[in-house]
Amino acid sequence: MSAAAITETASPAVKRIGLHRRHPWLPLLWQILVLLALIAALFIWLSQAPLTATERATLAPSELWTMTVQHLELTVVSAVIVLAIAIPLGVLLTRGPLRKATGPVLAIANIGQAAPAVGLVVLLAFWLGFGFWTAAVALVLYAILPVLRNTMVGLDGVDKRLVEAGRGMGMSAAAVLFKVELPLAVPVMLAGIRTALVLLVGTAALGTFIDGGGLGLLITTGVNLAQTNVLVVGSLLVALLALVIDWIGRVVEYVARPKGL
Amino acid sequence: MPEHAAHNAELDAESAQSAESAGNSQSAGGTEHGAAILLQEVTKRYPGQAKPAVGGLTLEIPSGSVVMFVGPSGCGKTTTLKMINRLIEPTEGEIIINGKDVTDMDGDKLRRQIGYVIQAGGLFPHMTVAANIALVPKMLGWDKKRIAARVDELLELVSLDPAVYRDRYPKELSGGQQQRVGVARALAADPPVLLMDEPFGAVDPITRQRLQDELLAIQDELHKTIVCVTHDFEEAMKLGDWIAIFDEGAQLVQYDSPERILAQPANEFVESFIGSGAGLKQLSLTRVKEAELSQPVTASPGDAASDVLSRLQGDGGRYAVVLDSRRRPIQWLTARQLSRMQFISDQVDQELPIVGDQATLNDALDEMLVATTGNALVTGPRGAFIGIIDVETVTQAITDARSASGESEAPVGLNSGAMSAVAVAATQEQEPDDALPMDGREA
Repeated sequence: MSAAAITETASPAVKRIGLHRRHPWLPLLWQILVLLALIAALFIWLSQAPLTATERATLAPSELWTMTVQHLELTVVSAVIVLAIAIPLGVLLTRGPLRKATGPVLAIANIGQAAPAVGLVVLLAFWLGFGFWTAAVALVLYAILPVLRNTMVGLDGVDKRLVEAGRGMGMSAAAVLFKVELPLAVPVMLAGIRTALVLLVGTAALGTFIDGGGLGLLITTGVNLAQTNVLVVGSLLVALLALVIDWIGRVVEYVARPKGL
Repeated sequence: MPEHAAHNAELDAESAQSAESAGNSQSAGGTEHGAAILLQEVTKRYPGQAKPAVGGLTLEIPSGSVVMFVGPSGCGKTTTLKMINRLIEPTEGEIIINGKDVTDMDGDKLRRQIGYVIQAGGLFPHMTVAANIALVPKMLGWDKKRIAARVDELLELVSLDPAVYRDRYPKELSGGQQQRVGVARALAADPPVLLMDEPFGAVDPITRQRLQDELLAIQDELHKTIVCVTHDFEEAMKLGDWIAIFDEGAQLVQYDSPERILAQPANEFVESFIGSGAGLKQLSLTRVKEAELSQPVTASPGDAASDVLSRLQGDGGRYAVVLDSRRRPIQWLTARQLSRMQFISDQVDQELPIVGDQATLNDALDEMLVATTGNALVTGPRGAFIGIIDVETVTQAITDARSASGESEAPVGLNSGAMSAVAVAATQEQEPDDALPMDGREA
């Protein structure tokens, strides 16, 4: 079989890809190592710091764990809703006739993000009542824009000639969308999703204002009762959680990035 | 290096396979070779534009031939091409492929039976070479084994080693290699018709010339019906059996063989399109394989240099050509170089002026000028050496070409009219010809 074949000199691109593939793991590795070190440092400090009895009760590991889980629940639920709305909407808005609706929809999404998050949370609470789901709705409104926009930008960034090549081979419009456009838009879309997740983790701290639970409770308690240690630990945990989520997002981006790009 | 992987036994097997596939899939063509295409008064109007992009075009594309669409940009040639596979739906008119009106059939199904090649190959960057080629066979429901075999066969056909290139991604290939994979992908399900939209526009001139040669070699084997859009008149002359020259609104100015367009341009527009130096363009009409080649002394790596030298002196030639085990030229040595060595080495001279036997005399002359030699090495199928062409041969061939001229009947093509009872051999007309208005003007 190979009798007729010839081997042309591999383009230099091949070698560059080799280097490229090995490289991105290093920053990712450093990032998580630093984060783990910071988390460890925080807990070591907690176990030895001269805390008052109330502080120690509030910052008990089991309490912290419950609040972190609540915080993550709020984040994950809102994130899932954001993805379920923003990605299909982004796809629809890049299809022929619906393109005209792009401007108005983006304007609404912009308002969601531009409105101060605290204001959004409180206003919605007056309308929908207090609790977890109201917090989730506020977070969804707040985080929908980056995912929606990046889905649209990612899809629009796919070379139109590739779409045409797909149609020209007899792929249906849906096949081109799922096999060509979406896979090629994945890197841009994932960047948007990561941005949204980080926004969500940070903003979920505001959920505590309307009884939505989460690590925000530590911050409000710290402020209200003038317990600086509690305030600091709460803020640090939210920040570290956001950084961990960001790291997970980067890992997913690295793994899910289509090969060959 | 230009190498042709055309292989008879393999291709016969492939034809048998495709005949089988045509049997169980709904097929516009249904034959292993090309299909005749007929555009019947096809018009494309875009909303909001006064003039149609394509106006009442009737065009016959004979089965198994290469038809080139040339014309200035925006003349409607690409629109016309895309109406054949209905990527652009015609506003009026019919498209008939192998006697079957395809204007109303499912567009996606139609396109699976028509190969489509675009500039730079249009490969999907997130899929391997094999996955790209396998796309259409997969849609047609072939089983995995058959697809894998077909992918390897096609890679060989376009001179890429399957073991090396199968699992690569497009960005790991050069422009020329990508374009070859693009051609392989278009041929994957063995469609009778191949549409090419400026296929070689994005590669450098030397690669372009080699790709053109390979396309011709492939066409020699497969006899597809190829419709190719280009803005390069030289390319049209080299590749085309017939050339359709369009002016704005897809007005067909001349539709004839390259020889006759050169000899008798229909009007000033065609003349300006041909450009100056029509005489030199004759060079693009003759292929190297039609010219007389000289047979130099050949040698193999490991031969004693003195033996070769004495044979060279006996022969009176200037060069001894060193061939590798597959008879591909790797070096050429002058008497002086031979006298300085003991044994012939197996090193490969990358600068050798090599042309394929499908290349035109123009290409050969280019190669000689680039290499600043008076001759070039000619290779045939699989890159095997078949002789040397020199400048004298080229000039002789021009003289010969002038005396001979093509006599075959040109296919029909005209605007805003109908065919005057033209018997389109390969197509069974569904309507009697006399049902059509007869006020057409011949182009």
